[in-house]
Amino acid sequence: MSATNGSTFLSRLDKTGTDILKCMHCGVCTGSCPSGRHTSLNVRNLLRKARKGESVLSDETLWTCTTCYNCQERCPRGIDIVDAIFEIRAIAVQEGIILKEHRTVGKLLVEHGHAVPINAENKAKREALGMDALPPTVHSFPNALSEVKKLLANCKFDELMSNE
Amino acid sequence: MSESARKEHEMNKLSLFLGCVIPNRYPGIEKSTKLCLEKLDIDCVDLEGASCCPAPGILRSFDKTTWLALSSRNISLTEDLGRDMLTICNGCYGSLADANNELKADEDLKESVNSHLAAVDREFKGTQDIRHITEFLYQEIEPENIRELVTNPLEIRVAVHYGCHLLKPSKGRVGMSVERPSFFDELVEATGAVSVDYPDKMECCGAGGGVRSALSDEALALTEHKLSMIEEAGVDCIVNACPFCHMQLDVGQTDLNERDGTEHSIPVLHYTQLLGLAFGYTVEELGIDLNSTLNKAFFEMIEDRP
Repeated sequence: MSATNGSTFLSRLDKTGTDILKCMHCGVCTGSCPSGRHTSLNVRNLLRKARKGESVLSDETLWTCTTCYNCQERCPRGIDIVDAIFEIRAIAVQEGIILKEHRTVGKLLVEHGHAVPINAENKAKREALGMDALPPTVHSFPNALSEVKKLLANCKFDELMSNE
Repeated sequence: MSESARKEHEMNKLSLFLGCVIPNRYPGIEKSTKLCLEKLDIDCVDLEGASCCPAPGILRSFDKTTWLALSSRNISLTEDLGRDMLTICNGCYGSLADANNELKADEDLKESVNSHLAAVDREFKGTQDIRHITEFLYQEIEPENIRELVTNPLEIRVAVHYGCHLLKPSKGRVGMSVERPSFFDELVEATGAVSVDYPDKMECCGAGGGVRSALSDEALALTEHKLSMIEEAGVDCIVNACPFCHMQLDVGQTDLNERDGTEHSIPVLHYTQLLGLAFGYTVEELGIDLNSTLNKAFFEMIEDRP
């Protein structure tokens, strides 16, 4: 996989302005990580591996980051750590490495324009509250939904989510 | 409300961005928001035809170009109305405010996004602001003016949950403290309630970044910790400003009870539901009884108040 080649990987992170080479390994990121308190996510270690060009694309902890931004806010070197995680995740998804539940969420967006679309139970709840069964979003405006679908196709997001 | 406060907020015409989780999972929050906006005499119309923001953790992780294209389309809808956009979800606020700020600051990025929007005859101009209901109420209406409008003060103890994306990433945001903010607590206390401090108050609910959707056990580990801190503090309910945190803290209690045989039963309210109670609306009118975690004692306490 080309993207796991160290220099390509770093140059892509660098292009986003995310200079993970500035890291001095103080560990504030890992110490501040609420996910790391309960899961095996070690942010400092994850980015250290990425910096060395080791493959982190299949590292399961890549997806246990809740993107709370504690690490990024507190990093004394001002590294945009969560932005780096986003970039690594995006490279993984491009290479087809994506959890099936996440692909499902992406497909829901492509089909409905909502990552969490309406269902029968909530139509009933809306009506019980005296509201329209459908909200005034893309759910009520077919033209708006077509626009969203066209835009997602223009970004090739539909293809990205359909690659099995 | 003072004349000057009224004039001030008349300048801020808004459109209401609903997102996904509120209209499609917690419609009571949508209704509560509209009741509160009406009571506060805030000029706010539905942002018709809006889509998913799209979600700042999960969808931004997949492809940044798509994330920017879809968020800028939503922003272009409010630009067409000449109104600032009001969000009632931390995730929607995070995505839309960050996209808006990035695009306003970077001409090349704006050009690139507009090349996608051109396919649907739209354009991002960068003429409007994105607001979150808590910082909007705090800065434009102010807690003291809200307190004056409260008809049924709430004598309850509240665990405030800020959530992450309301405040972070802080770059480009409104300048509230990330580590120890107080504006949300002040809004909660304007209803007569007491905001009770608790350990790890600023910690994540566990849902964000796609963790809830694909790694629910990991998400629940964070939720369980957060709930245990809140339970030790002895509160009547949790108040949040984000339907995704709301869902994680509400459905998370049911999930933990089913999995572990625990008896978590803390009512979870969005701020607009708390404010709605203080304006005299009922639990049913605000859809608080449509949560997954139902606490009869809390409902009775609310109904019995003067």
